Amino acid sequence: MKIHPAYEMLRPGKKFPNVWCPGCGHGIVQGAIIRAVERLGINRDEVAMVSGIGCSSRMPVYVDFNSLHTAHGRALPFATGVKLHNPKLHVIVITGDGDALAIGGNHFIHAARRNMELTVILMNNNIYGMTGGQYSPTTPIGKRASTAPYGCAERDFDACALAIAAGAVFAARGTVYNAVELDKMIEKALTKKGFALVEALSPCPTLYGRLNKEGSAVKMMQTQKANTINLKAAEKLTPQELEGKIITGIFHDGEAQPYTEVYQQIIAKAQGK
Amino acid sequence: MSKQIKLWQGNEACAEGAMYAGCDFFGGYPITPSTEVAEILAAMLPKVGGKFIQMEDEIASMGTILGAAAAGAKSMTSTSGPGFSLMMELLGYGCMAEIPCVIVNVQRAGPSTGLPTKGAQADVMQTRWGTHGDHPTIALCPSSIEESFKLTVKAFNLAEKFRMPVILLLDEFIGHMREKMEVPEPGELEIYNHPRPKVDPKEYQHYADGSSVGGPYAAMGSGYRFNITGLTHDKKGFPTARLDEIQWKMDRLRDKIDQHLAELTEVEEEFLDDAEIVIFSYGAAARSSQQAVRQARAKGIKVGLLRPTTIWPFPDRIVTDVLKKCKTMLVAEISQGQLVYEVERCNKSNTPVVPVLRYDGEMITPAQILKAVEEAQK
Repeated sequence: MKIHPAYEMLRPGKKFPNVWCPGCGHGIVQGAIIRAVERLGINRDEVAMVSGIGCSSRMPVYVDFNSLHTAHGRALPFATGVKLHNPKLHVIVITGDGDALAIGGNHFIHAARRNMELTVILMNNNIYGMTGGQYSPTTPIGKRASTAPYGCAERDFDACALAIAAGAVFAARGTVYNAVELDKMIEKALTKKGFALVEALSPCPTLYGRLNKEGSAVKMMQTQKANTINLKAAEKLTPQELEGKIITGIFHDGEAQPYTEVYQQIIAKAQGK
Repeated sequence: MSKQIKLWQGNEACAEGAMYAGCDFFGGYPITPSTEVAEILAAMLPKVGGKFIQMEDEIASMGTILGAAAAGAKSMTSTSGPGFSLMMELLGYGCMAEIPCVIVNVQRAGPSTGLPTKGAQADVMQTRWGTHGDHPTIALCPSSIEESFKLTVKAFNLAEKFRMPVILLLDEFIGHMREKMEVPEPGELEIYNHPRPKVDPKEYQHYADGSSVGGPYAAMGSGYRFNITGLTHDKKGFPTARLDEIQWKMDRLRDKIDQHLAELTEVEEEFLDDAEIVIFSYGAAARSSQQAVRQARAKGIKVGLLRPTTIWPFPDRIVTDVLKKCKTMLVAEISQGQLVYEVERCNKSNTPVVPVLRYDGEMITPAQILKAVEEAQK
């Protein structure tokens, strides 16, 4: 039997089955990351996967990289330390909407501002999954959550726009429905020298779907397909036609000197070179 | 060649001591009265290829030094009261994940933002109990500029050896006081660097038995792939809910300190042999206490000084023994008496324990302590 080349990047034995619920999109994102690392031929010893707390952030246990599962919202500061001390490592940050944008919101904008070379995979399922379905900074206004029984009263964040405004060199939004496109986005993000964000829309049928009567996991994937529209297609539509649609694609693909390079110059200056 | 003589502040000596110890990573957030530590290291670290980063807050500062340490750095941060409070979440993480690093807390008067430019010694209990859950801490407290240097070196050594964050508990008085010191030559003070593993990466266990103290453990990116988590974990570092593994982890955290108390506990004694009255005092307060002891001795009063340089783990056994031998123990500190209860806890001989306290932001004076000694003698 031929073993899939990505298989060796998983941690067999007692780590599986994983904690994710049936129908959760996070496994597809994990697969996309593994495939991207495999296609780019990156040595596993040179990958550090750093996560915060939440459903998404459990990923480091399942993937056989150097892995660091930190505290809620704090993945980016830890990742900053790892990368700055050892710039040879490809540092992939696994985070969720609550982790990155609520408790970790300040770290998120500052890591982007510094242009710290991190590949940030933000799995957005619009809800706090691990704690049981409370509303997050990306829960759309009016949608229900266990702490929003009458509908969410808060406006939601656009993570990509936030990252771009803060100075990220790359920001893209994909969905687990369009897995092939997501693969490519993550692959591209991994090659960027600087703060690169991929926001992966990942359905949570167990909590978000149930609380908002969005049907089965399959139904949620179909809804995801119907409600998302690619950036290029969206450009041809009027604001009225785009109402209720979520735009996907690469929003920003720029260049800026990454932090560790700038810091190397600081070292040279301090040493009088 | 004669030794270098410097007129340094405590904060300066601390930064210089960090460089001497081989610190190569500093992440911090400015806060009075600790800022000189960061400012000096911002200038010095890049000269030796080390990294300095000013983070967005103290939580991020702790995160970044833990990340750097996991990747193999000798890392450090410095802060003061309110910043130290913010660091508690990740200080606990560092203890749980067994990541070595040094945290300097230059104590200022609180609570809250309190008196930013004035000193206190009121973070002793936060140093011990500030995080949640059960785990011991190590905290060192210098009384002089030279000791600020030496104990910073020691803090790095203990962090490396015991695989945990070590706190250097300064106070504003020592941090900003200038004093002459002889700078140790390279090689004069011991530098401990924990060994790296030699086993096959497939067999490597990041938390294997025996490696909690002095044993080898790997850095990220060195060919040993392992998992670090703040969740209760097994020997390989993977989350566990197995009762025996939880028990193993919790015992390990406690035992690595409890089984090395003699090595960890350090005190300085002065005139203790025949002392009827003993002053227990540390940090800046111990300087006034020392002065008071000398003045009292000149008056023929049999008084001595017990000065811990390791405040956590608390020198229980030594304090208990001294209490048995003396008639009265005075606890002189710049707080409302954080250490009085600790001394009472060690008091198995019902020896009178008298607090001598000052907490208005100013330095406790020798006169105040001498007065208390004279009253105790009556």
